[in-house]
Amino acid sequence: MDNRTRNMYLIPYGLWIILFVVVPIVLVGYYSLFDIDGQLSIVNYKRFFSPVYLGMTLRSFWYAFLITVVSLGIAYPCAYWLTKTKHKQLWLLLIVMPSWMNLLLKAYAFIGLLGTYGPVNSFLNVVGVGARQILFTDFSFIFVAVYIFIPFMILPIFGALEELNPSLVDAAYDLGASPWTTFRRVIFPLTISGVQAGCQAVFIPALSLFMITRLIAGNRVITLGTAIEQHFLVTQDWGMGSALAVFLIIAMGLTMWITTGGKRVS
Amino acid sequence: MRKSKLANIYLALVFIVLYAPILYLAYYSFNSGGTMYAFEEFTLEWYYEVFQDTRLLVILLNTLTIALLSAAISTIVGVMGALAINNVQRRDFRNALLTLNNVMIVSPDVIIGASFLILFAMLGMRLGFTSVLIAHIAFSVPIVVLMVLPKLQEMSPTLIDAARDLGATKWDVLTRVIIPYISPGILSGFFMALTYSLDDFAVTFFVTGSGFTTLSVEIYSLARRGISLTINALSTLIFLVTLLLVLGYYAISKQAARPMRLEVGE
Repeated sequence: MDNRTRNMYLIPYGLWIILFVVVPIVLVGYYSLFDIDGQLSIVNYKRFFSPVYLGMTLRSFWYAFLITVVSLGIAYPCAYWLTKTKHKQLWLLLIVMPSWMNLLLKAYAFIGLLGTYGPVNSFLNVVGVGARQILFTDFSFIFVAVYIFIPFMILPIFGALEELNPSLVDAAYDLGASPWTTFRRVIFPLTISGVQAGCQAVFIPALSLFMITRLIAGNRVITLGTAIEQHFLVTQDWGMGSALAVFLIIAMGLTMWITTGGKRVS
Repeated sequence: MRKSKLANIYLALVFIVLYAPILYLAYYSFNSGGTMYAFEEFTLEWYYEVFQDTRLLVILLNTLTIALLSAAISTIVGVMGALAINNVQRRDFRNALLTLNNVMIVSPDVIIGASFLILFAMLGMRLGFTSVLIAHIAFSVPIVVLMVLPKLQEMSPTLIDAARDLGATKWDVLTRVIIPYISPGILSGFFMALTYSLDDFAVTFFVTGSGFTTLSVEIYSLARRGISLTINALSTLIFLVTLLLVLGYYAISKQAARPMRLEVGE
């Protein structure tokens, strides 16, 4: 009797899993084995290991790494001090609020803000630094990416800090630890799970950003995501696009494995 | 004392940076000058233009239809999925299902978009409303599962036993016991699915043909052409709607949490 009900629920959900999770991944792998003329070959993988694509992949990883590190550096103190405020749940909601706004609109706002006549440049003029090209640089790309991802870093760290038993911190102080030592030896190690979750939530999407690279970095930055989008929608070379996607999936699996593997240890 | 001052300044800075782009867009949406740097006079011209532009209104309607339909359908599939996972007794099978569920959540949008594009091409489907709707349902299901599953797991099995002892049929147990109990989870799942769909750009960008557009894709093509204050007016309106949605969700989840806690306390 029980078995029949279980199977009944499993049918639609199982179908969903097979059709939209398993099949698409298999199809990506399958398509990566065809060249642009539809011939079976491993030319896409050979091309991936050429200097052009390898360089692009490495740069993509480097940018994602920078974005993750900067986000972490800004998010951690922010989450820490948020837990010390009154009405912290409300403040947290307010921090997360902007992330609910459409991503495209935020990118669009930054086109105006960082533009040649934008307020940031006027401010630089007033201060005496002088106007400069901000849009279409590496800096603007990383800044906007961090802006977009920071709530996803703050949330898990905030959660981990909330779970931290405050008497442990008091104990550290009582035993004569300085604030810095307390942070380094007690607070940070005990909230590492939040840091890992945050890094995972930022690093993978940062690898695959593609719209920001167009609008904010003016095609100067090419990430794995941009390259995949180019191959699928511009040059129509689905095989090469799929081969890049295969590597992105592998990178994703590795990132997850590293972050969850760390969790098991601690 | 000095430390909390530093904390406040830091948090204030983060808030200013987070909200600056939104306020900036909203401010210039009232500018009669037509640019985002020289404010001339207050005008509602751009708002009129938004409501005059039938093409834009059709796109808005498309976006809302897709969001509501996909959220509703993915909530149904997701609830079935959570029930299915909850009913599975074998641990390894349950973990496999959960892993596949999570694969979709951590997959970058580019991968989801590209693989769905291949899938729809293989199935010989024409790109447009249906393909976008199916894609949105597909990527919203796992988040609903994750929202509903904890509620199911915290539910005491004795509730079901009691209902069965009192002569309830399977259907009664589902509609009168299980669903009311997990309804807060269902509601948050629905809201998450709604925001996922409204917010999505990348996946839609891949699977939308030339004839069908959603708001995000439209904003992208407008933004690539440069600045137009109609987008500012539109984004201000969208932000206000999102604000209402989030506050509504916050209020509902607060209200839903209260009786739940009482029940558990008893």
